[in-house]
Amino acid sequence: MHELSIVMSIVDSAREQVAKYNAARVERIGLEIGTLAGIEPDALEFAWEAAVPGTVLEGAERHIHYVQARAKCAGCGNEFDIQQLFEPCPLCGEYFSDLLQGQELRIKTMTLLQPEPV
Amino acid sequence: MCSTCGCNQPSDAVTITLIGEEEHGHEHTHEHSHGHHHHHEHEHGHHHHTHAHSHDGHHHHSHHEHEHGHTHGKTVIELEQDILQQNNLLAERNRGFLEAKDILALNLVSSPGSGKTSLLERTLQDLGGEFRCYVIEGDQQTSNDANRIAATGAPVVQINTGKGCHLDSDMVNNALKKLKPENGGLLFIENVGNLVCPSLFDLGEGARVVIISVTEGDDKPIKYPDMFYSSDLCIINKVDLLPYVQFDVEQAREYARRVNHHLEFIELSATSGEGMEQWYEWLRQKASP
Repeated sequence: MHELSIVMSIVDSAREQVAKYNAARVERIGLEIGTLAGIEPDALEFAWEAAVPGTVLEGAERHIHYVQARAKCAGCGNEFDIQQLFEPCPLCGEYFSDLLQGQELRIKTMTLLQPEPV
Repeated sequence: MCSTCGCNQPSDAVTITLIGEEEHGHEHTHEHSHGHHHHHEHEHGHHHHTHAHSHDGHHHHSHHEHEHGHTHGKTVIELEQDILQQNNLLAERNRGFLEAKDILALNLVSSPGSGKTSLLERTLQDLGGEFRCYVIEGDQQTSNDANRIAATGAPVVQINTGKGCHLDSDMVNNALKKLKPENGGLLFIENVGNLVCPSLFDLGEGARVVIISVTEGDDKPIKYPDMFYSSDLCIINKVDLLPYVQFDVEQAREYARRVNHHLEFIELSATSGEGMEQWYEWLRQKASP
């Protein structure tokens, strides 16, 4: 369940930004997660429900952009989408490929809500 | 409450203990004292190696913040921040410290029961005269492994992660401060037995070593690809048991190579000693500047 650590890290970053901008809370957060980043969407959801209530992220709209993993074949140079780290090149059947993208784990954007003026 | 010294630390909090310190002399990492949040007070890191053959080309550096709008009491910021940034930054600090002291640090990862501790015991006995060896032991509970290591004479720090399923760079940073390793040594970091979670967390190691044993399935590399993808060396342990188990070494290597074609392999038995010299040779090569 490293997803819990991941969510707690996101909460820490959100708390940092809220403090920096004197905001009240986060209205929306945009994440970018590679399909081979080692994050299970279900586990992330579960961890989110467990860790977010009571923090500045409570009630925030969460938008996750999943980045499709792509690899480049070390044999023929073909670039292709992969679902697993051990897929052969669809052109030449070679297993030796290098990952081009798909391990992203980033906070892209946050929309912060300012406190209501009194 | 901590069962050792009765402080208010919950018993599942992270503790870091230099074995041989006087009893109750262990220090808690009190910054982690927020109940179940204890090991989440710091952000965690994605692995990225710094070797020449490193296979990750990604982005763990600067995040550029752009403030966008400020209308209707809203502020939109573009963070572009790696979620594991805090862990990664601290891992790089560890790495810099270790490099400056000319210490080869290895992150040993495996499932529970692969023989990590036995391999380490034998290695420390055999290489103790050649290198100054240091050990950081990661387990959820108990100092059993650290006590086994301490019996070899090597300085060892036990990290108990409580409920935590992996070591992170902050724990290793704290452990290093207790260990105070001298220049030119070997540092073995035995991670928590878990083939999944530790793969994401860079500790600042010079190389990552994944250990599987022939009593496991030979398809481990494709069942848990992330760990094999992020490792530099794969040790296949307990080869003395090969006559009695259905483990196809070639098949295991083939699967692991599909995941990571940069991976090196050593087959050995920490019990019989077969293959150990190859492992020592690998260590000597890595340790030579």
